[in-house]
This record gives sequence, C-alpha cells and structure tokens, in this order.
Amino acid sequence: MMKPARKQRLILIGLMVLGAGLATAFALKSFNDNLMYFFPPSDVVAGKAPKDSLFRLGGMVIKGSVERPDKGMMVRFKLTDFKDEVTVEYTGILPDLFREGQGIVAHGRLNPQGVFIAEEVLAKHDENYMPPEVAGSLKKPAMPAPDSKP
Amino acid sequence: MFLVPDAVVRFFHRMASPPHFYAFTEKLMPWLVVVFVLLVSSGLYGGLYLAPTDYQQGDSYRIIYIHVPAAWMSLFIYVVMAIAGAIGLIWRIKLAEVVLISSASVGASFTFIALVTGSLWGKPMWGTWWVWDARLTSELILLFLYLGVIGLYGAIDDKRVASKAVAILALVGVVNIPIIHYSVEWWNTLHQGPTVTKMDKPSIHVTMLVPLLLMALAFKAYYLIAMIQRARVELLQRERNSQWVKNKAVEVDGL
Repeated sequence: MMKPARKQRLILIGLMVLGAGLATAFALKSFNDNLMYFFPPSDVVAGKAPKDSLFRLGGMVIKGSVERPDKGMMVRFKLTDFKDEVTVEYTGILPDLFREGQGIVAHGRLNPQGVFIAEEVLAKHDENYMPPEVAGSLKKPAMPAPDSKP
Repeated sequence: MFLVPDAVVRFFHRMASPPHFYAFTEKLMPWLVVVFVLLVSSGLYGGLYLAPTDYQQGDSYRIIYIHVPAAWMSLFIYVVMAIAGAIGLIWRIKLAEVVLISSASVGASFTFIALVTGSLWGKPMWGTWWVWDARLTSELILLFLYLGVIGLYGAIDDKRVASKAVAILALVGVVNIPIIHYSVEWWNTLHQGPTVTKMDKPSIHVTMLVPLLLMALAFKAYYLIAMIQRARVELLQRERNSQWVKNKAVEVDGL
C-alpha cells in the first residue's frame, strides 16, 4: 500500500495533468479552424474560404491539367481533393517536387472568376519512401485526398 | 508494487541511492559507448550507402536518418522527464530529480536538431524553410518547454525547490506530446503523415527502414550516455557534503 501522503500527491498530480489536458483540448477545439494549414478545394467551391483575403489552398495536381498558356513563366493547373476542383494560376519557379499527381499547397487569393491566383506554391510530399524500382513496379494507387489523410 | 518481480524492485531501490548509481554507471559507461558506436556506424553505413535512393526525393531523403530519430528522441526524452518529475514529486527520490534536469539539455538539443534538419529538408522538397503548420509549430513549442525547464531550474538556488518547480512544468507540458504526434492527423499540415508508427504497415521500404531503426536505437544510446554523464556531475554537486563524495575525493586525490 502507498503511504497516504504519497497517494495524495499522486492524485494531485493526476488531477493537474488531467486539468491541463482538458484545458488544452478545449482551446484546440475552439481554434480548430485556425489550426488548419490550408483549405481543400471543396471548401473553396462551397464558399467557405475567405473571398478577398489571402489563404492557402491544398490539393492534388490533376494529371494532364498543367499548362503554360502563353509559353512563359505563368503556369495554370487544376487542384482536386477528389470531390471538387479549383483552377490555379502561378507565375514563378515551382519546387522540385511539383508534378502532376503530387499534393501541393498554394498561397494566394481567388479572383472574381473563381481562379486561385497563387503567390507561392509549396510541394507536399507523401509519407511513402521506396526505391525507384519498387515504385515503378507498383501500379500507383490513387493518392488519398489530402484532407482525409494528410 | 503489484506484479513487479522482487529483483526488479530491489534493483530500482538500489539505483535510487546516489553512491550506488554513481558506481554502477561508472561500470556501465564503456559498454554504452561500445553499443552506441556499433549502432551509429551500422546505421549510418546502412542509411548512407546500402539504402537505395527514394523514388521521388532521390538522395535528399537520406536526411531522414538524422531528422526522424532526433524528432522521436525529442518526444521520448520529454516523456522521460515528465515521468521522472512525477516520481520525484510523489516519492521524493533525489535521483529522479537529477534524471529530469540532466535530460533537459539533451532533449533540447535533439529538438533543435530535428527543427534544423527539418528546415534543411523542407527547402528543397517543399520549397520553404519554415511554415507555421501544426506539426512545426508544436515542435517549436516543445523546444521552448525544454528551454523553460532549463531556465527555471537555473533561476532557483535551492535545487530541491527548483526540482519541484521543473517537475510541475514538465508534467503540464506533457500535453504537448500527443499534440505533436497527432498534429498531422488532426489538422491539415504541410508536413506529411506518419510513416513508421502507423497501425497497419510502415510506408517505407524495408531496406530504408532497418537503418532508420538502427539510428533510432543509436540516438537512444547516445541519450543514455549524455544524460548519465550529466547526472553524475549533478549528483556530485548536490551531494558534495555527504560522506561518499568525500571518500571519493580522497580516493582520487590519493592517486
């Protein structure tokens, strides 16, 4: 048996950690939206994303959607979360990992036509690591939606 | 306790006595160093030479062999500190207090390494050194918690009082640990999801995984070495007026 004084201290510490945990859980719950790093395309289509301020948009680059309309630095592509898609335009240098079928996060704002004008594009790499031979022999399964499993 | 064999209980009782801990770790240290050197050399050889390149990131992914073990250690050491803090508060065991404060600077270093290597990795892969997403931000808060523990301990002269204060800080801060771990699942982040610690199957090829696990063990061995060395010095300082330290001093002087 534990001595009463020790038992009391154990209970006190347990309550302290529990209290701190609960307080943090409530705080995180109420700030949940602010802790999201980006909006998925379906939020943008549903009108949940900010209309006239900068925000981040994350999704997968649709295969075959990347084009350079005026053969210049401007690149246009479509992002999807496998529900909805948003067209993105970006002028600048893309990160090395940017490619079709890759998850990316773009920072910018919507123009009145609903096209997302990006000021910065970041590549989001997935959690898979494998040698090129293995990747080649696997029929690459469709990537999960970035918001369901980042 | 309840189901713990007597031998184990006796071992912990004896380890809680400073002179016994001091003598035992003196004998243990060379073995720990040997284990560390073996693990770190095989892990680095496996990671840098034997492991194949990644299908997307090429050779750049090899920073994983420093970044991920350091990040794991930053969480692991904080949990050790919180447990040591609780033991110190409840049972008033001096050695637990010493383990807590001796772990803090090692943990802070690993957190710093995880942040810096992550930043170096992020620039070529993501295209940015730093973003304020949930994973990166919560890991930065962990660094501040470590620094807070070190600072608070240094600010209070009476080390028994200081130990109680930092134990409470370590215990309250432990809520950050699950936040860091689950941040990539609870929220949208730029940081990718877990690779190794998944319920189903690690999403990393076995030839890449084995060196990673070897490096993780090597970092654990390094933590033990660094923490024990600090703990020994801290013990000598705290117990400088006790008979066993005086005897030790005479022994060394006599040489």
